[in-house]
Amino acid sequence: MNEFALLLAATLNAGTVLAIAALGLLINEKAGIVNLGAEGIMLCAAIAGFAAVVHTGNDWVGFLAGAGAGALLASIFGVLVIWLNTNQYATGLALSLFGVGFSAFAGVKYVQEKLPERPNFAIPLLSDIPLVGTAIFKQHPIVYFTVLLAVGIVWFLYRTRSGLVLRSVGESPESAHALGYPVRRIRLLAVVVGGALCGVAGAYLSIIYTPLWVEGMVAGKGWIALALTTFATWRPARVLLGAYLFGGVTMLQFALQSRGVEISEQLLSMLPYVATIVVLALISRNPAWIRVNMPASLGRPFYPNA
Amino acid sequence: MDEWVVGEGRVISLEARPAQSNFWSIASPLLALAITVVIGALIFAAMGKDPIRGLGVFFWEPIKSTYALSELAVKATPLILIALGLAVCFRSNVWNIGAEGQYLIGALFGGGVALTADANTGGWIVVAILVAGVIGGMLWAGLVALLRDRFNANEILVSLMLVYVATYLLTYMVYGPWKDPQGFNFPQSKTFEKATQIPRLIDGLRMNIGLIIALASAALLWVFLFRTFRGYQLQVGGIAPAAARYAGFSSRGALWTALLISGGAAGLAGALEVAGPIGQLTPYVPAGYGFAAIIVAFVGRLHPVGIVFAAILMSMFYIGGELAQSRLGMPKSLTGVFQGLLLFALLACDTLVAYRLRVRT
Repeated sequence: MNEFALLLAATLNAGTVLAIAALGLLINEKAGIVNLGAEGIMLCAAIAGFAAVVHTGNDWVGFLAGAGAGALLASIFGVLVIWLNTNQYATGLALSLFGVGFSAFAGVKYVQEKLPERPNFAIPLLSDIPLVGTAIFKQHPIVYFTVLLAVGIVWFLYRTRSGLVLRSVGESPESAHALGYPVRRIRLLAVVVGGALCGVAGAYLSIIYTPLWVEGMVAGKGWIALALTTFATWRPARVLLGAYLFGGVTMLQFALQSRGVEISEQLLSMLPYVATIVVLALISRNPAWIRVNMPASLGRPFYPNA
Repeated sequence: MDEWVVGEGRVISLEARPAQSNFWSIASPLLALAITVVIGALIFAAMGKDPIRGLGVFFWEPIKSTYALSELAVKATPLILIALGLAVCFRSNVWNIGAEGQYLIGALFGGGVALTADANTGGWIVVAILVAGVIGGMLWAGLVALLRDRFNANEILVSLMLVYVATYLLTYMVYGPWKDPQGFNFPQSKTFEKATQIPRLIDGLRMNIGLIIALASAALLWVFLFRTFRGYQLQVGGIAPAAARYAGFSSRGALWTALLISGGAAGLAGALEVAGPIGQLTPYVPAGYGFAAIIVAFVGRLHPVGIVFAAILMSMFYIGGELAQSRLGMPKSLTGVFQGLLLFALLACDTLVAYRLRVRT
């Protein structure tokens, strides 16, 4: 593979982690819930998935473990914010802080572990296309699953009745409640599904992307995923695009380094975070634009009998 | 109305209180602590350790001698300072969660001043170090305020992203420009001159005047919050933005005030730490105080007095984690688990401040 193909492959790979997590968070936010716990969920899922693969040797068990861990943590968060009306920001933050500590605690034994080599996932014929073929069609199945997931979410949100109900819960829970929809249960379901997806993203990170367990390895990707939903003005297709774009930014530092650009490694490592701030500022600059696109009840608690 | 049927026809329900319960706003952190302790004991038992000994490491060892108490104060000092600043932010509904970054830039600025000292520098340099720390923290938080104010950028995400930027800035400086030429290529600055050392309170103990500064700041914050018009304006903006707007209180002013105060406090904590217990710049300056202080602020009820107590508790968690590692062979990250559990438990218990549990048959 030449340098361009390598970069493209790496971009897709890095973008996939962000895309799965951001799509999960998008589902949460469409239902009106902001989950600042994404970083903690991804960390716990990363170690859960990694440990599962170490013990079973099967990647899919690892992804399942990651999704399960994500769903479990998200459901605790969900019950607190939806039924006990705790502050969404504070509760999400608690989940992130807990996740950082707990994953480090649970992962101590796995720091030196390595995963077995895995077979190539080349798609026949397509992967023989010169240049892009090897880059795009020799990826892990999850990479393709991510694209399908985005398409599925678009279809679900904008073409199905359940999707409409989910959005209505995020726009005006009072109206949805008045129409007889179980607002709280729908919100919990959205939170659990979103958490499971963040979990898959975390597991992908430790099983396929790195593949290692390192303390704090999510390194802010959960937070960048949260920012992505805003960048994308809460549209699934733009979430996907934004994720690959940021995957590219993450990879840019390695590309620059390999070309011998004389910038210190530490300064280059700031790139994704600085880029997040810059893009966030540019997109949010027009408050009206954000207000039009944002789910109207995002972050607001809902009291059924108020 | 939420109702849970719990067998034998009994129904538990949550009922909104007419006014917030004063009793539970004090009792809730204590109940949360009790829950954390019980879960902690279960964790020790599950890992085959004696729970009593495990809890002793966290709650008895840190207070049993003068030396231990001094160490407790060393860790509580930055936590108190940062949490006081965060209390202003959270009371004004400004979600600054990047205090860790402001702390690091404060450490970097303070450390930069400390590095200019030579053998003949006088003790006045300490003042310059602390002022530089405050300025550094304010700049970093001011960036958050600027982006929120001018670009409407979400302060949660911006302040958090800036933590990563600050961390890399610190590592860049200690790997590059400020690396000690005589340091055997270790990524750290040279050890600061003696004159830069923050004066200690008692000979032989690491506890320093930072503790006095922190406690004085707590008193100052009490006056600011409860005895000044500006403090009142900030809090009205936090509780009822519409009322604040109607009264003509500037929400932009509140944003800048809250962020500059909390950034300055975190920066001061950072400068005190590098010129105090650490004594040089290393990649290990970040200790998570900025994040732990968020928990301290909430557990302390965003009140200066509560924060002092909560910081002491959190400091126990830090020391307990280190001791659990050295004495019981458990991972040091136990500290983080306990911190997270405490905040979770607190948020759940806080339900009782606004609601009461009713059991009917």
